[in-house]
Amino acid sequence: MNPYNYLYVSGLLFTIGAVGVVVRRNAIVVFMCVELMLNAANLTLVTFSRINGTLDGQVVAFFTMVVAACEVVVGLAIIVTIYRSRRSASIDDASLLKR
Amino acid sequence: MLTIQTPEAVMFWFLAPLSVVAALGMLLVKKAVHSALLLAWVMITLAIFYIAQDALFLGIVQIVVYTGAVMMLFLFILMLVGVDASDSLTETIPGLRPIAITAALGFGGLLVSLIGRATLGHSAYGLTAANTDGNVQALAKLLFSTYVWPFEVVSALLITAALGAMVLAHHQRTTERPTQREQAIARFRGASLGSAAGLPNPGVFARHNAVDVPALLPDGSAAPNSISATLKARGDMLDSAQFELGEVDNTVTEEK
Repeated sequence: MNPYNYLYVSGLLFTIGAVGVVVRRNAIVVFMCVELMLNAANLTLVTFSRINGTLDGQVVAFFTMVVAACEVVVGLAIIVTIYRSRRSASIDDASLLKR
Repeated sequence: MLTIQTPEAVMFWFLAPLSVVAALGMLLVKKAVHSALLLAWVMITLAIFYIAQDALFLGIVQIVVYTGAVMMLFLFILMLVGVDASDSLTETIPGLRPIAITAALGFGGLLVSLIGRATLGHSAYGLTAANTDGNVQALAKLLFSTYVWPFEVVSALLITAALGAMVLAHHQRTTERPTQREQAIARFRGASLGSAAGLPNPGVFARHNAVDVPALLPDGSAAPNSISATLKARGDMLDSAQFELGEVDNTVTEEK
């Protein structure tokens, strides 16, 4: 086996996350799918860090984790705020701009 | 030059299909809580992959930050928001699902075939040389020399995000909080004086002191407003009639 196999897993996870963002309706599940995509990107960074023999990829993956944590904090706060005013966590319900 | 030992290969071929299946399940299960648990599993397998790939620090951080903090935050918000119609899997935009699946197959196929055909021009090096002083020490050296400026910027971002969450979660009152005087006036000038002295507590004059049994009024009738509205809405209110003295078995038996 060679380390490129990790890249296949990462690509598959990223694709599944992208489908989830498009298909699911619950805002929290959509958000979890975004997290899955970020994690898949992290796996790519760590794998390439190993293939290239330098640690820069791991440092960037570390930064990605911090940014993902920020994103979760703000995103979940937005979801809770929307839920408070509309009593729904469905992304189809937040369509005021359409009308 | 990197050689991958057999244990890592076994671990990979065991865990990689499991993680992909768990990610697919996350897409297909109906309940958001189940999605969250499956995602937690995917993140744990990713942490194992990191540790196997000589990224010990990132593996531990993955478990602590993702499965520990982020997923628990997700579950917490799920409990707060509750289950509603958005959990159903019926598609609201007609034709969205076939398009999404076709696009995903195309994108995934493109990625996989691209990885299969691409070459780096050199074989994999491995991190044994970079990690001679230990993974954490080597990462710290990089983080506080080459990457010190991004590190500071990211810390500023983290503080801003915390502030933003506090601003978003802050609840501004649209009406003035009623003072004690206003509450007293509303109680005595209201439609009925029946609750002027406060609502009866559950169990007062009743023959059972549980919170789900309504109090008995002096004339023997039950007082439904002595029970919390939540219990009433859930239908958890018990009838006090089953605790009448005539119904209770009061024969004394010897305890063993």
